[in-house]
Amino acid sequence: MSEVIKFSIDGKECQGRRGQTIYEAARENGIYIPILCHFEGLKPVGSCRICSVRVNGRWMAACTQPVTEGMVIENAVPEVEDYRKAIIEMLFVEGNHFCPACEKSGNCELQALAYRYQIMVPQFPYLFPKKDLEAFPRFLLEHNRCVQCRRCIRAIETKDGRKIFAMKNRSGKVRLNVDRKLAARMSEEQTRKAMDICPVGAILKKEVGFRVPIGKRKYDSKPIGSEIEEKSEEVKNE
Amino acid sequence: MDLINKILQKHCRNRTRLLAILKDIQNAEGFIPDEAIDKIARSLKLSRAEVEGVITFYHFLNPQKPGKYVVYLNNSITSEMAGKEEVARTFEKEAGCVFGQTSPDGLITLQETSCIGMNDQEPAAIINEVIFTRLTAEKVKKIVALMREGRSVQEMVEEFGDGANGHELVRAMLKNNIRKPGPVVFGDYNPGQALRKALEMTPEEVIEEVKKANLLGRGGAGFPTGLKWEFCRKEKSDEHYVVCNADEGEPGTFKDRVILTERPQMVFEGMAIAGYAVDAKLGLLYLRHEYTYLKNYLEYVLQKMREEGILGKNIAGKGFDFDIEIKMGAGAYVCGEESALIESAEGKRGEPRDRPPFPVQKGYLNQPTTVNNVETLAAATQIIIRGASWFRSMGTPVSAGTKVLSVSGDCEKPGIYEVEFGLTLKELLEMVGARDTLAVQVGGPSGNCISEAGFNRKICYSDLATGGSIIIFNKSRDLFAVVRNFLDFFIEESCGWCVPCRAGNVLLKKKFEKIISGKGTNQDLREIEAWGKIIKSTSRCGLGQTSPNPILTTLTNFRELYESRINREIDFIPEFDLGQAVAEACELTGRKFQEETDHV
Repeated sequence: MSEVIKFSIDGKECQGRRGQTIYEAARENGIYIPILCHFEGLKPVGSCRICSVRVNGRWMAACTQPVTEGMVIENAVPEVEDYRKAIIEMLFVEGNHFCPACEKSGNCELQALAYRYQIMVPQFPYLFPKKDLEAFPRFLLEHNRCVQCRRCIRAIETKDGRKIFAMKNRSGKVRLNVDRKLAARMSEEQTRKAMDICPVGAILKKEVGFRVPIGKRKYDSKPIGSEIEEKSEEVKNE
Repeated sequence: MDLINKILQKHCRNRTRLLAILKDIQNAEGFIPDEAIDKIARSLKLSRAEVEGVITFYHFLNPQKPGKYVVYLNNSITSEMAGKEEVARTFEKEAGCVFGQTSPDGLITLQETSCIGMNDQEPAAIINEVIFTRLTAEKVKKIVALMREGRSVQEMVEEFGDGANGHELVRAMLKNNIRKPGPVVFGDYNPGQALRKALEMTPEEVIEEVKKANLLGRGGAGFPTGLKWEFCRKEKSDEHYVVCNADEGEPGTFKDRVILTERPQMVFEGMAIAGYAVDAKLGLLYLRHEYTYLKNYLEYVLQKMREEGILGKNIAGKGFDFDIEIKMGAGAYVCGEESALIESAEGKRGEPRDRPPFPVQKGYLNQPTTVNNVETLAAATQIIIRGASWFRSMGTPVSAGTKVLSVSGDCEKPGIYEVEFGLTLKELLEMVGARDTLAVQVGGPSGNCISEAGFNRKICYSDLATGGSIIIFNKSRDLFAVVRNFLDFFIEESCGWCVPCRAGNVLLKKKFEKIISGKGTNQDLREIEAWGKIIKSTSRCGLGQTSPNPILTTLTNFRELYESRINREIDFIPEFDLGQAVAEACELTGRKFQEETDHV
């Protein structure tokens, strides 16, 4: 299993292991490839496409694509970064994201990505879709903010393996759908997990809110991805 | 509710049969009642949300009670060109409701639907699974009047089409319109001969013969069939599967419908040969919902083959077991993508999978699966009978053999043409009687829109690859109407899984409308091209990767059309029209809106 694979990212020689995805191998080499739908420990689904990289001229999602020997990967090059920025902007215009009023602000991965990619005004026109807010006994589901990353679908199940969250409809009409009966039986802990795993402020646990004060939020002092890049700096300095 | 239990029992409460269960319930009840959803969920150990997810994914599944008669009118471009608008308005007037609704008396539901594979006899519609072609205002009036009399839809079909369309199990008004039968798919064929011959060979020899023939996938992607079978065979597993992709949904394609009508056994034999080659015992024919009218007939052909000993146990006394099951789709273009098709065949939402693993490694039920197009399998049958060198004697060195084309649009003789690869568009246009041609759409909306400058280009994998869709537009046509229809199609048919396809296509359309409305500048042309490339590059499956093609290929081949619409005087015109936005407020307050000009 520990077969060593050599590949390069933006000219830097890297090493990985067979069975790793490009994203995982890059992270171990201290290289940050932005992700949004992916979450450690969950099966990757490649839905947001923000981790798109160009491998030997072909576009691939780094979260789903296994790394293989000799891959020449383009990551932090202008065209790749431009495309990622465009995808982040698409997410902003296809939803209704009002950061100042959102509880997840400062802890939101979409917002953090927008800051990292220095998005001022999206290049796309806002679609201002009509989306709803749904209430469940323990949490709120804010469809306006849902980026359809499918993390909750993958992470939250009943003990007998039924999905509490699932997708409904197709095309631009796709929405997250919650099983009302099963959601009513979710534990405090499960609800906390659902909120924490949501990269944006779509799933909000009721009762306690705004627990982390401004200044101590996840992305208040350092941009998203810096935890991976700092590791690389430490290695270099040693 | 006994009925639902019975249906669940019939399908052994098997989760992979969810789609079939839902369709059975709908066939019995006309829709899928709310209480059935809970019952299904409990029985299959799924959540209600999961079952709802499947129901809402497919166009032809109804969670609401529709009228007694449900009309699905085709909204593809060929339907529009043949007068869909008038037909639609007549339906609305006669039924007393607009599309998307049910008439007040609860009798008729009107729906639009993406291409149903009848492009050479448009406008066409599916009413309660029965196909109606060449609709006119007069015919619609008659149909609705018969509905009011409570007549059965099948009774409304006055005349049957040619060939097997007239078979008692089909009874469809459809015409085959086979204008040019070729030597492979529509050539001489002696049923059973190919399979018997294949069973005399080793599976490796069968694969070798298909490889030598250089048979490439006829669905359009052109993957070498022999190689696919070899990959599949080499995967170690207890079970292997063969899937025949009969989900032709690319607008303008209808050749698989005609092949399945006239050459079903050749296709089934091809599946059995593939099964022998990859060591499979079961083959699935994934048939698109729109072709439900063929299902009983195809079941009958399968049964006949079983009786003749060329399907089932110990085929031709050679110890090879193989059978074929028909899996029905429920209306989703994306299910033509092989991994989405497999998901759908497993009773789930038809959302594509990530690759690797490829279907040949982990396909149906996570077992090695070869998914082949209808025409590919038919060609494989003929290759086994007549040999690889016979096959390679036709076509070009890269693209061996023939291609069955579905020709529609502005020409005298729309229909089915089986031609050798290497034919130029010019030759084809002559063959089909097209005059004053402005553009030829090769490969459907996901393909390429070719202008006169490209009429010397050849139909083959190394030049103009196509799954068979050829739509011709003459000089009286508005290409922007074509592009708009295609963009709407992709927006509607996107599965919604990935961002660039789900959101990007909507944005692309918005930009397109801006340009067409005369509010575009050079900047907008640059942006629409750039956005198209982003969607193409970063989308997860073939749908998104080709969805900007209607824009990108017309921008390349008909740039002057776009340039004629833009404003060259200025660099930028805002999307947002302040005057229009405040128009209502102005009217209410009785004030006039005056644009500020002093800052310019």
